[in-house]
Amino acid sequence: MAAVLVALLCLLPLVVVLAKALEAGAGEAFSLVWRPRVGELMRNTLSLLALTGVLATVLGVGAAWLVERTAVPWAGLWRVAFVAPLAVPAFVNSFAWSSLVPGFEGLAGAVIVTTLSYFPFVFLPVAALLRSTDPGLEEASRALGNGPWRTFARVGLAQVRPALLGGVLLVLLHLLAEYGALEMLRFPTFTTAILDQFEVAFDSRSGSVLAVVLIGLATLLLTLEVLARGRTRYVAVGSGAARRPTRASLGRALPAALLGLAALAVLALGVPLWSIGTWLGRADQALEPVALGPALRSTLVLGLVAALVTTAATLPAAWLVARSRSRVALLLERVTYLAASLPGVVVALALITLTIGFARPLYQTTTALVVAYVVLFIPLAMVSTRAAIATVRPELADAARALGDGPVRTFVRVQAPLMLRGTLAGTALVFVAVTTELTATLLLAPTGTRTLATAFWDASASLDYAAAAPFAAAMVVLSAPLTWLLLRGGHEEPRP
Amino acid sequence: MTTLRLEGISASHPRTPVLHDIDLTVASGTTTAVLGPSGCGKTTLLRVVAGFMRPDTGTVRLGDEVVAGPGTWVPPERRGFGYVAQEGNLFPHLDVAANISYGLPRAERRARGRVAELLEVVGLPADLAGRRPDQLSGGQQQRVALARSLARRPGIVLLDEPFSALDPELRVATRDAVAAALRHERATVVLVTHDHAEALSFADQVAVLHDGGLVQVGAPPEVYTAPSDRRSAVSLGEACFLPGVLEDGVVRCALGRLAAPGASGSGPCEVVLRPEQLVLGPVASGIAHGVVTRTEYFGHDALVELRLDGDRAPVLRARITGAPPPVAGDEVSVTVRGDAHLLAAPAAG
Repeated sequence: MAAVLVALLCLLPLVVVLAKALEAGAGEAFSLVWRPRVGELMRNTLSLLALTGVLATVLGVGAAWLVERTAVPWAGLWRVAFVAPLAVPAFVNSFAWSSLVPGFEGLAGAVIVTTLSYFPFVFLPVAALLRSTDPGLEEASRALGNGPWRTFARVGLAQVRPALLGGVLLVLLHLLAEYGALEMLRFPTFTTAILDQFEVAFDSRSGSVLAVVLIGLATLLLTLEVLARGRTRYVAVGSGAARRPTRASLGRALPAALLGLAALAVLALGVPLWSIGTWLGRADQALEPVALGPALRSTLVLGLVAALVTTAATLPAAWLVARSRSRVALLLERVTYLAASLPGVVVALALITLTIGFARPLYQTTTALVVAYVVLFIPLAMVSTRAAIATVRPELADAARALGDGPVRTFVRVQAPLMLRGTLAGTALVFVAVTTELTATLLLAPTGTRTLATAFWDASASLDYAAAAPFAAAMVVLSAPLTWLLLRGGHEEPRP
Repeated sequence: MTTLRLEGISASHPRTPVLHDIDLTVASGTTTAVLGPSGCGKTTLLRVVAGFMRPDTGTVRLGDEVVAGPGTWVPPERRGFGYVAQEGNLFPHLDVAANISYGLPRAERRARGRVAELLEVVGLPADLAGRRPDQLSGGQQQRVALARSLARRPGIVLLDEPFSALDPELRVATRDAVAAALRHERATVVLVTHDHAEALSFADQVAVLHDGGLVQVGAPPEVYTAPSDRRSAVSLGEACFLPGVLEDGVVRCALGRLAAPGASGSGPCEVVLRPEQLVLGPVASGIAHGVVTRTEYFGHDALVELRLDGDRAPVLRARITGAPPPVAGDEVSVTVRGDAHLLAAPAAG
């Protein structure tokens, strides 16, 4: 029951935005969509998706293969270096680049910044899979006369395909939702246009019509991913202890490989950190006095509250999805993932429409903001929590029952302690996501509430880079544990 | 010590019946092995006794108490049994001592005396108490699981294939340790297994389960030498089946005239012989002759497959110990040691 309520909550923004757009009527909606301006937005959005999608795939897969499957030294270091960029929000990264390189904007700038910010979404799952897959299949391919390169192309890539598709989908959905980075680089897409429309004209109807186009694009991407994934399954036939993959020797290509990895690490991690550091050093040149304290406090409170509420809201659905393979459970799972693909701007628009129309006292309140965070980040908590629940095998509950514990005591003594770590990891992920959320916060935060992200945004919008830097640094510091959380993920399944 | 009585138990998973009309009594302090191939419903039977699953019909009695029956249902935590599953199912977040003392009242959990005592009962060193489950070998995990299930001094212990996940050598050692510990506790034991050697050696009573129904229940030598039908005979080990004709307590078959004590009536029947009842000799001796078609050599003994002379003669398997076994192509004579057992006895009179 609780699970169904949560799913409905996730669907709410979709319904509201569609209803608002329909309000415009078919004729007006058509004229709102069929404009040269929308054509330009579509062209921009699609070229960004294509270019960044391809670049992130190449960099992510290439780096993952070098780090996990070749004898390149310092694999552990590279692993950290290629996940850590996720701790630098994309809009902070674009601030770092554009404040450092004059005239850094437009399509080229957008592609560079978003690629460097988002390629870890491809690197992380592909590297994890390459590290854990049994080398048996690749040895079989070698025995059948394929060299290492052909083997990687014909067997290795096929094995990492699910992880690769998932990673690329994540990159593309983030690109659709990205506001801060692209606005700063003056590269208009649907998301930035919706926000501009709203801020300039306070026009949520034409915004909603654009949002429907955005939802359409997201749904199309989700569908494409499902189709590309297909019904294939990769199962290990026969058991036996899994072996560690063998690492290919790079020979004379080693210096080039090392150089490439170092360059990627410098561009993705070194440049933003150095740039933020430089501006921090010039903090005395700030035009406005920097009030880090209040922004930090409200960010921490919002993050904590939203993370706890999100975890609590996720538990029933996660339990159902992990334990039951019924149609209802699968539907619930799909619904939360569909909500995950909704850009923050859509969720924010929907909540504005709802609160103005039906719950005026909630308009521009912390409550509405927290609800937006919950809807946006439930899927994040869902993934960790579901995995945590899945590790608690039902047989353990049987064992506890046989030892004299009723269902409640069994939960307290066995299931809850086993789920705790994974669930808390999910809570931490949500916390980090909230502390760096910009789009929905800009639209929904009560007047006078400044978070690190919005304070940073105001300062950098008035080109006061020295004043923006402390907020950027605070966000990076708060997000840094994310690297550890993500690298650790999936390695903690307790064995019986 | 508790007597277990099952009366008319039927149980089903959604849309598939699993057990039907099971009647079984396990006397207090004895061990019963439920033997059957995978998928025959033996784990379901154990789960019904445990209370992890409700039977559709029938009653389960533990001692004098009805724990499942029409209008009665006692949840597993109040049935007071010990339970050891195939994978042990130790709690991964607790160390060995905490696992073993899990079922004890809070006050007793502190006092580590019982933990040390139980570790000794299952034959494990006391310094294992601080280890975590993932630092134990499979055999050690199973022994800890047994110690955990014995902590509350249950009247009955249910074992669900507890040795099948272990390596062969470890399996025998663990089984011996478990048997000794259970004897020490004088518990009533139900063991579920698909391994006939395990069932015959471990238990006082063997219940052969097939397709959800009990085929035969009896003491190990009884069910082995006098199986009630083909399914029971095959479940318990190698068997040869021969057509024969019974007359005055003697059966005539391809291996000559064999004594069949206890069989009455006359007419066509089916004889079952165990491989170790067949004695091979030089061709000059014996009544029946045959040619060896295949030999499986195990070291301590050998299984010899042979075909008797004559058309449509049945294939027999004989277990040979000692001397080097004959090889394929050798001609041998066959005689029978001991009495014949009849499966389908002819109608009396």
